[in-house]
Amino acid sequence: MNAEAVARRQKKYDKDLRERAKKYRVGERVSSKHVSDKKVRATLRESQNLADEAATAAATHEKWLASEEPGVLEADEGERTYQYQQRDIVNNVDVNAAKKAFDLDVPGTGRYYVDYSQNGRELLLGSSEGALSMMEWQRHYMISETDARETVKDVKFLHNEQFYAAAQDKYTYIYDKRGLEVHCLNDHMHVNKLTFLPKHFLLCSIGNQGILRWQDTTYGKIVAQYRTKLGECNAMTHSNYNAVVHCGHKNGTVTLWSPNQGTSLVKMLCHRGTVRGVAIDNGGKYMVTSGSDGQVKVWDLRTYMPVHAYYSAQPSDHIQISQRGMLAVGWGSTVQIWKDALSTKQNSPYMKHQFSHGQKINSMKFCPYDDVLGVGHTRGFTSLLIPGAGEPNFDTFVANPYETKGQRREQEVARLLDKLPSETIQLDPDAVGKLRAVPKEVQAERRQQAIEAELSSRKAQRDKNEEKTKMKGKNRTSKRYRKKQLNVIDDKKLAKMEAKRLREAGITEKRGGVAAPGSTAGAASSAPYAPEGTSKALRRFYK
Amino acid sequence: MKIKTISRVEEDYTRERKSDALRVHRNLAPELRPMGRATEYKRALNATKLDKVFAKPFAGQMSGHADGVLCMAKSPASLTELVSGAADGEIRVWDVPSLKTVRVLKGHRGACRGVSASNDGGAVVSCGDDATIRLWTMPKAGMGEMNDPTRKIPVLETSEMYVESNGFRDCDAHWGKKEFATAGANVQVWSMERSHALHTFEWGSDTVLSVRYNPVETDIFASCGSDRSIALYDVRMQTPLKKIIMQTKSTKLCWNPMEAFNFTVANEDTNLYSYDMRKLDIATCVHKDFVSAVMDIDYSPTGREFVAGSYDRTVRMFDYNAGHSKDCYHTKRMQRVFCTRFSMDGSYVFSASDDMNVRCWKADASAQMGTLSAREKRKHAYNASLKDRFKHMPEIRRIANHHHVPKAIHKQTKLRRTMQEAETRKAKRRVAHAAPGAEKKEFKPARKKKILAEVE
Repeated sequence: MNAEAVARRQKKYDKDLRERAKKYRVGERVSSKHVSDKKVRATLRESQNLADEAATAAATHEKWLASEEPGVLEADEGERTYQYQQRDIVNNVDVNAAKKAFDLDVPGTGRYYVDYSQNGRELLLGSSEGALSMMEWQRHYMISETDARETVKDVKFLHNEQFYAAAQDKYTYIYDKRGLEVHCLNDHMHVNKLTFLPKHFLLCSIGNQGILRWQDTTYGKIVAQYRTKLGECNAMTHSNYNAVVHCGHKNGTVTLWSPNQGTSLVKMLCHRGTVRGVAIDNGGKYMVTSGSDGQVKVWDLRTYMPVHAYYSAQPSDHIQISQRGMLAVGWGSTVQIWKDALSTKQNSPYMKHQFSHGQKINSMKFCPYDDVLGVGHTRGFTSLLIPGAGEPNFDTFVANPYETKGQRREQEVARLLDKLPSETIQLDPDAVGKLRAVPKEVQAERRQQAIEAELSSRKAQRDKNEEKTKMKGKNRTSKRYRKKQLNVIDDKKLAKMEAKRLREAGITEKRGGVAAPGSTAGAASSAPYAPEGTSKALRRFYK
Repeated sequence: MKIKTISRVEEDYTRERKSDALRVHRNLAPELRPMGRATEYKRALNATKLDKVFAKPFAGQMSGHADGVLCMAKSPASLTELVSGAADGEIRVWDVPSLKTVRVLKGHRGACRGVSASNDGGAVVSCGDDATIRLWTMPKAGMGEMNDPTRKIPVLETSEMYVESNGFRDCDAHWGKKEFATAGANVQVWSMERSHALHTFEWGSDTVLSVRYNPVETDIFASCGSDRSIALYDVRMQTPLKKIIMQTKSTKLCWNPMEAFNFTVANEDTNLYSYDMRKLDIATCVHKDFVSAVMDIDYSPTGREFVAGSYDRTVRMFDYNAGHSKDCYHTKRMQRVFCTRFSMDGSYVFSASDDMNVRCWKADASAQMGTLSAREKRKHAYNASLKDRFKHMPEIRRIANHHHVPKAIHKQTKLRRTMQEAETRKAKRRVAHAAPGAEKKEFKPARKKKILAEVE
């Protein structure tokens, strides 16, 4: 290969890396040109270079080491992808993947609620009749099974598969992996929806009373509980991006909550009629809501503005977004999957699945790190293959579907060490750990205010002092004597008055010149005039 | 129909046998790590707290002297050798790893005030109150000698001796040549081969307390005098170069080995002052925190930090450009500290005090000692950069800046702060309320305030 071709290839490679690195760049690029301080400029430049290097290294890693490709489904000519049935898909994928599509048909045991553990290995099912079961679904291995003996209204894994919470008839309970009841959370009453914030170890619930509660699962304390004052709530989820909880209400609003504020952070009027489902994409940019008005709306969470809206045949109760941004909408016994439906308006769904008549969908969940959508319904549970839904490359240190016992334990400790305090939950997650720069104008204003406050307090003190009746020392002998002397007019005083009168009239009395009449005291009046240069002390002996 | 789904075969992702290494798969996508900044802040906070948990700086002590230890010298040629001189005239050579005495050097009849090891580590020069300078050959321990439990410490009494008429306060060996300088009634430069001083520098009639050769421009050296002066000399010129007079006496001086035009003096007014030798009218930095006279200072070989000991019974570590100490070492039994030294690898510091002991401390109180694995090193580096990144956050700053100090020192610090504030307030008010037309009183910054005069 000649040098030119090598250079061309290198250029292409660099361009590719640059493109990939954009995603990994942390923080915005700041120009250091305007910084006058040499040291600050150098530090800034160095940190920028470091961030660039890190981004390039991550991009290189992605290019060469993150080798798994996401799933794809492409239609042949004249066909559409939504025409393919699950049957077709299962017949066309490899045996290993085909095993992931299965059906648990248990009619008459209630409606099923679904949850996957964070690494996607375990599946949790809870039926409205009270059956709770946890399984390693890929191996078709039942881990535990228990009967709550009352209605179960939602199930949720806690930080790993060791514990899960179930919202039951009255209270919420925590079970361990073996299916033994560990805690009864009797603060969480009549709960309809549960969600778990894994970074903060907070279990969040809302139910018939419309009270939103966050409970710390590490030490059991209720971190915050607020009345939404909007009645019963059946739609709740949290944003992965900033851990803010989104609740959909009967009056058509969606409210955003953080445990640090007693009122909602944001209130959005999303639908005419009840909000039935809320879902947020992995990056925290889009929210999708479904309402009783039969609409499915996509919202931009940076501007809180609607992006576009879709119609569903019936009002849909179930909305889910997968790791790679696929939107699943379910109503009645129909599931539709939409691809790229958040950023752009799509005209047709990517996939469809129709359950048999009378098989009503009750709950849906995408399996993390896999191309699977788990659907709980009135006849049990069905696992659907959705090519391209899940993230193909997992990270051992984030969520590992193949983790060993030792790894799980280490992970648990590491997560507990990194547990974020609930105070950090806010709309902008990057504001944590930042020093807020106060603008110069505000600084000046504050300084001015401080000065004014100081002056006014001084004035107040002065006024107060002046109001005081000064009695102390008024009756002193010397004071009384001096006061008496004020009215006595003697020669000295007369002389002073005369001198003042003359001064005002413009006549200046000269030392050693003719004395003004009455300017000297009686006995000294016949004395000779003081010679030039007489000291002050001796002057009283002269005229 | 073109179709592909995620299809992982378990065998590709798990190990075959338990003895195999676990497979690690990475995906560095930011979406998998939400709230990264908050997590990093939390980690920085944890790292700062752990630093305090692991802060166990005391490494060991070397006891054996029968009187207060006044001076120490480290050998530039060896990491393990340390020489100390005591107030009874006894000099001990230590083997630092075993904390044992290698040899006792006996000869001085009064207090030994200064010791210094020659650049090649072969000779030790000592001087003292008995007006003698003694030259010793640096004794070495025999093979396996230090491990012998029945060993008796050998005493050496043979040395070359130069006698003068006045007592000496300090001595320092030249960084290259076989020469050394002494401080006493005057400053003298000696050759190790001749029994008479090569040069004698006199400037005023007061005692000179300390003398230090510049490690880079080796012909230049500096001294501190009891006339409150800091003077610079050049051996190539027969006269002293420059001198500044400060308000209080400087006890000891040390050059920054990496930026050898900078030096720091330990002052009796509880502060240390860093100077640029080219610009002596203003200190580059005032290092505060002690509550009593500072007795000695020594720079780390990296030049980024130094250690100082004080009469208030504490040893403090400073960054070379920081106004306040980054750590404070003390024990209940440690008395007035007379001398401090950094080890030649910059990882330990030594302090010699009135309680007849030489103590060995870690230079970084929470540093993990011993051989570190690559993972441990990476983790430490990661934590260090996080701490640096979030060091301005109030919570982290509060924890990092907190040091436990003895109650007496804590109280004294508070009192001093009150006094200092009152003084500053008064000075400012004097300037502000000076009568119109009166001579404008200048408000002097702390870096300038203590300098009285500069003499050429």
